[in-house]
Amino acid sequence: MAGHSAHDDHAHARTSHDDAHAHDHHDHKLSFFDRWFKSTNHKDIGTLYLMFAIMAGIVGGLMSVAMRMELQEPGIQIFHGLAAMVYGFQGDAAIDGGKHMFNVFTTAHALVMIFFMVMPALIGGFANWMIPIMIGAPDMAFPRLNNISFWLLPPAFLLLILSMFVEGPAGAYGVGGGWTLYPPFSSTGMPGPAVDLAIFALHVSGASSILGAINFITTILNMRAPGMTLHKMPLFAWSVLVTAFLLLLSLPVLAGAITMLLTDRNFGTTFFAPEGGGDPILYQHLFWFFGHPEVYILILPGFGIVSHIVSTFSRKPVFGYLGMAYAMVAIGAVGFIVWAHHMYTVGLSLDAQRYFVFATMVIAVPTGIKIFSWIATMWGGSLSFRTPMIWAIGFIFLFTVGGVTGVQLANAGLDRSLHDTYYVVAHFHYVLSLGAVFAIFAAWYYWFPKMSGYMYSETLGNLHFWVMFIGVNLVFFPQHFLGLAGMPRRYIDYPDAFAGWNYVSSIGSYISFVGVLIFLYCVWEAFAKKRVAGDNPWGEGASTLEWQLSSPPPFHQWEQLPRIK
Amino acid sequence: MAEMAQGNGRKQVGNGAILAACVVFVAAMVGAAYAAVPLYRLFCQVTGYNGTTQRVEQFSDTILDQTMRVTFDANTSSGLNWDFKAAQAIEPKIGETVQVNFTATNRSPNPTTGTAVFNVTPMEAGAYFNKVQCFCFTETTLQPGETLEMPVLFFVDPEITKAEETKNIKTITLSYTFYPSEPSKPVAALPEKGKGGDGKL
Repeated sequence: MAGHSAHDDHAHARTSHDDAHAHDHHDHKLSFFDRWFKSTNHKDIGTLYLMFAIMAGIVGGLMSVAMRMELQEPGIQIFHGLAAMVYGFQGDAAIDGGKHMFNVFTTAHALVMIFFMVMPALIGGFANWMIPIMIGAPDMAFPRLNNISFWLLPPAFLLLILSMFVEGPAGAYGVGGGWTLYPPFSSTGMPGPAVDLAIFALHVSGASSILGAINFITTILNMRAPGMTLHKMPLFAWSVLVTAFLLLLSLPVLAGAITMLLTDRNFGTTFFAPEGGGDPILYQHLFWFFGHPEVYILILPGFGIVSHIVSTFSRKPVFGYLGMAYAMVAIGAVGFIVWAHHMYTVGLSLDAQRYFVFATMVIAVPTGIKIFSWIATMWGGSLSFRTPMIWAIGFIFLFTVGGVTGVQLANAGLDRSLHDTYYVVAHFHYVLSLGAVFAIFAAWYYWFPKMSGYMYSETLGNLHFWVMFIGVNLVFFPQHFLGLAGMPRRYIDYPDAFAGWNYVSSIGSYISFVGVLIFLYCVWEAFAKKRVAGDNPWGEGASTLEWQLSSPPPFHQWEQLPRIK
Repeated sequence: MAEMAQGNGRKQVGNGAILAACVVFVAAMVGAAYAAVPLYRLFCQVTGYNGTTQRVEQFSDTILDQTMRVTFDANTSSGLNWDFKAAQAIEPKIGETVQVNFTATNRSPNPTTGTAVFNVTPMEAGAYFNKVQCFCFTETTLQPGETLEMPVLFFVDPEITKAEETKNIKTITLSYTFYPSEPSKPVAALPEKGKGGDGKL
């Protein structure tokens, strides 16, 4: 590839001749269909992933707003109406159908946000866009595999949406078992085909993620620019490398577990059915062997992104680079041996509980290394509070809050009373909805000028941050109180005693959704006003390779490979 | 790509090799997920995890003066119209081999076959609950109205008084559940019913 670099400048001029090089420089003549549907270009595929993630995020977000509208007051407010509208239930059947529909919404909200919003945004979107550029590679190692990875996602998403409209339990529609799909509710409890469709959706999106992970591992291991050793590689590349290994190790286990569930449901096997000698608890072990690493898959790329942003806007190299890199490796490794802390209430032996409490708390050590290193990076730096930086600082603050409640929940004794309450909901939304999502927005504002070539409005970016920050904290902080007071998860209704904080939480959800609208307007405004961003809008602190390219980068970058000293 | 490798001055594994290694790894992990099934069963049997009881051929050679209260519990799964009764609670010496009888009566008009599964609570006691003879995991067919006595021959391992986790246990419950042994149909097959939302949850 490097051999053809001399032709780069003439790419525009060579429209009518030169079939010999057409395979290298056909980019500017692609039809819309060829460019976006048959794309093998990592930047175009990254853009597709980001658009898909925004779309899925809006769908998943609307579901959560519907749930908060329902929970705004005790009693059943909207879901019987929704059930009547969508499924045509009438009378009492609408109430029952609405109750199940609420659980269908919690399930779909979780699956959409995890598999179709956060993962596509961080891994498929930003990593696809930036990893090849940051490590000085012309593209991903397997460009066509990259295309398949993306195009598996829309059908997976459609399968999941379709599952909401076919029969789940007798006489109701959709999967209401939560994203964990525990049997026996997901096997004998919901005999209809909805669960099968959801399982297929997970299979297909899992295949997409595994192919993507293989692509990233090969790209990062094999295609770094001359001189870029693993220990000189940007932290975002480190985070994606660790994430890709986690995906490769955990997703096949999920695939195995849900395939067993599928055969239990359809072909009379009894992996999880006690009448045939199976054990439903085995499903929980298999699921959480995937599920726990999965939450690190969601957050690790965010760690990498935040490191770059904090370093850029402090005008300092990141503090403790090697510690930061190996902390992520440690989090990834330890993440595989803590899964049963999700299962303290299934009757684990005391020794097993002791072990899982200890191992879980150990994760606080590498995570602490990261938090303190970010603070140390800022310490004494020349800080500028541009929009990406306030999102990154918001991330650090909110992730730490979620981390602290995580350490509390790691205790088996305490978890016994908080298990399946809103305390757990508050905890994982602080680390994911407020952690991972803030990292996504930080990355969006950080790289948007690079990806589009246009500068967003700093005012709108700030407004987006503050509305979102206030909104999500109003949603989730009161849920700590509800959880401590004993309000269980996954119910459409609650006793009047919980009404106050639920009302606050619902108001927060509406404010957050206004934040999403501001975000969309901000994107539109940037494209409408066309303020040229320049190659490096962030100044000398932005030291990674993407800032040496034009904004947006050329269709094929690094035809002359950069050399790292 | 070759130029890159040279420029880098390092020996590279080809992209294809990494791809192949990853694919093999993924396949191995799927295999490991399925291997978890026999491994999990083996693990439960060896450790008594989750209240899995132990099967032995021999009686205990030591009998302690202490006694242990043992209660029994009998359940039938829906879909099996049997009357399944547990034995009365007993209080044997620890190490002493005793026999109790469960009784099952078929209340349905057809001959039906059931399989029993069991466990012990508290779950830590599973490893010390030794069954010499029992009716677990063997299919039992009852004619309409037929009653069958099913014996369980067991002893409590004297080691139970020594282990940290179990030495304070005073009562053990042995629970059996009978399931219909031929699965009537795969669960995903829907019952015949009218269209639309006329059903309840």
